[in-house]
Amino acid sequence: MEPQPRIGVYICHCGVNISAMVDVEQVAEFAATLPSVAVARDYLYMCSDPGQALIRQDIEEHRLNRVVVASCSPRMHEPTFRGAAQQAGLNPYLVEMANIREQCSWVHSDREKATEKAKLLVASAVAKAALLEPLEEREVEVTPGVVVIGGGIAGMVAALDVADAGFPVYLVEKSDHLGGRVADLNRVFPTLEPVTDLLEPLIERVRSHPNVTVFLNAQVAGVEGYVGNFEVAVSGFRVSGSRLNELETSNLKPETHRLNIGSIIVATGYDVFDPHRKPEYGYGQYPNVITSLEMERRLAEGNLAVDGRTPQSVAFIQCVGSRDAQVGNLYCSRVCCMYTAKQAQLVQELLPEARVTVFFIDVRTFGKGGEEFYDEARAKGVRYRRGNISEIIRRGDRVVLLAEDTLLRQPIEFEADLVVLAVGMEPRSDTAALSSLLKLPRSSDGFFLEAHPKLRPVDTAVDGVFLAGCCQGPKDIPDTIAQAKAAASSALIPLIRGAVQVEAATAVVDVEECAGCGTCVEVCPYGAPALDPYLNVSVVNAVLCKGCGACASACPSKAIHLQRFTPEQILAQVDALVE
Amino acid sequence: MNNDAFEPKIVAFLCNWCTYTGADLAGTSRIQYPPNVRIIRLMCSGAVDPTYVLKPLLDGADGVLIGGCHPGDCHYQSGNYKARRRIIALKEILKSAGYDEERVWLRWISASEGQRFAETVTKMTEFLKEKGPNPMRQKWAV
Repeated sequence: MEPQPRIGVYICHCGVNISAMVDVEQVAEFAATLPSVAVARDYLYMCSDPGQALIRQDIEEHRLNRVVVASCSPRMHEPTFRGAAQQAGLNPYLVEMANIREQCSWVHSDREKATEKAKLLVASAVAKAALLEPLEEREVEVTPGVVVIGGGIAGMVAALDVADAGFPVYLVEKSDHLGGRVADLNRVFPTLEPVTDLLEPLIERVRSHPNVTVFLNAQVAGVEGYVGNFEVAVSGFRVSGSRLNELETSNLKPETHRLNIGSIIVATGYDVFDPHRKPEYGYGQYPNVITSLEMERRLAEGNLAVDGRTPQSVAFIQCVGSRDAQVGNLYCSRVCCMYTAKQAQLVQELLPEARVTVFFIDVRTFGKGGEEFYDEARAKGVRYRRGNISEIIRRGDRVVLLAEDTLLRQPIEFEADLVVLAVGMEPRSDTAALSSLLKLPRSSDGFFLEAHPKLRPVDTAVDGVFLAGCCQGPKDIPDTIAQAKAAASSALIPLIRGAVQVEAATAVVDVEECAGCGTCVEVCPYGAPALDPYLNVSVVNAVLCKGCGACASACPSKAIHLQRFTPEQILAQVDALVE
Repeated sequence: MNNDAFEPKIVAFLCNWCTYTGADLAGTSRIQYPPNVRIIRLMCSGAVDPTYVLKPLLDGADGVLIGGCHPGDCHYQSGNYKARRRIIALKEILKSAGYDEERVWLRWISASEGQRFAETVTKMTEFLKEKGPNPMRQKWAV
């Protein structure tokens, strides 16, 4: 006979994240009055070491056999609290969480009502906890291998790290060449190193690495499975080694390749802001107005002439398509201040007589060597003027920039022969499609959303899928590479371990109740239940069961149920919530 | 009863992979919505048993929200289609028995649709305020 439930309830303040909107002391007092609750406390940070120690200590001192933590989403810290319980000798599946942060304190603004709701959520978790049963942890083997989506600098660096660790990598690139957006650049800031010096050795290593398979003109057509065992369908050209160069001349037809791998790295990069969306700048109308990427090519060619004339006045406009509510991009693209400082320096060096002026809102040259680089630009003669350009109009062969100098607080008209628009970064136009294929959430700016803005900047909401580079948000090359290497090591964890934990909560059959009708066999997408030919009852293969519960809700005799989500547990939650 | 003072109780059954995560995203994005919704986490909308919908309505909840992945996006391949068939049938039965099937909402809300989750809860709360308290309450004992 099971011992009576003795539940410990822990209400987390989460600093002030919860306690500012929920009266946590009141919730703890309320929890203490609930049936089977042996101890109820509130604490500043339940996930901290002392917070977890509190749980462990109470399990021993108060002989707790169930734990309820009311804090953040179980998607965040359920493993933490399960671990704490396990350390104190309690089965980790006897822990239940109440989500009073993401689904309460962060979304409500009436403290009294939020506190009442938090009480209900705690009561619901306590009601369920009393009915929880211990479960056994299970593991499955991992298919070694990683798919990296995107063959830019992020994707290549991540692919090489995984390949160097000894695992096969499949690098899927949409275009017909590797290198991504970086390949469009001339020199990099702040070292002024030619891009080819950086990129070519990298491409060569990817090309020659025995563990790397490259797909060009390729895209991901489908993703199935879960961490450790994904099946990714890639449609495109499989190229390896020397054939990388032959793609254009070959008559290969794109094929669909099914890749079985353990983790996925998304490194799809960004789109460049299209300045046609800022018609006031006259891009596409005036030959004098070009984008920063066009400037990269001109600098590579060493030719800055407009209609055959050498410019006397070159103006750079910052934040084109960034920090701009009109075009819907509130964020800073983080690289434009630095690449403008770079281009302005290079222009000043090429044309020592020319007047080179940068119009800015704020200069943001953070990062190692950034501020020094900006100082260098000014020392070389580049002038910085604070002012947002409202319009560019034509005057003869030149253009006139209309602006307000926001330091002098006076309107200015500035003549230029060549205007460079520092275009920012945007989420790729195919982000939505990939988002729905991989079930990856996006943040309000449209880029892919990391699992936590501070603690898990490389992980996603989907286990086994990681982010690298600008698909997660604008960043420069060093930050991109840092994230790519982080994504590679995270992606390697399940591969090196060789196993991942799978759902412990599977469906189980009460053979006394089962009539052998086979409904569960029909509804299960994984073929987990089967009818025993001798006993004529359903038997669940726990390895195949993914724990969705479809069989339980379909069973006419209620003979099959999903562990951790039994009808008794759910209806007890309903009782607690509705009373 | 003064409907301004009436605060409907909504019980929500959300699938772990899409709508529950979408509700979390509403939180991390600090998108505000009425506190009338109380969430129960399930692994899949296809696991919603008809009794899970009926019990809260008979016990005094004013509405039940079922949230699942968009068609084609189910983490378990087809659970949301099972939910759709089941909830449509359940609503027909409720209607034919003379009960108000409009108090049961089935919505597809993905993990990236925090805004949509908040809007759904806001709309449902307003809708139920308009309707008034659930007359099914205490008519039956379960």
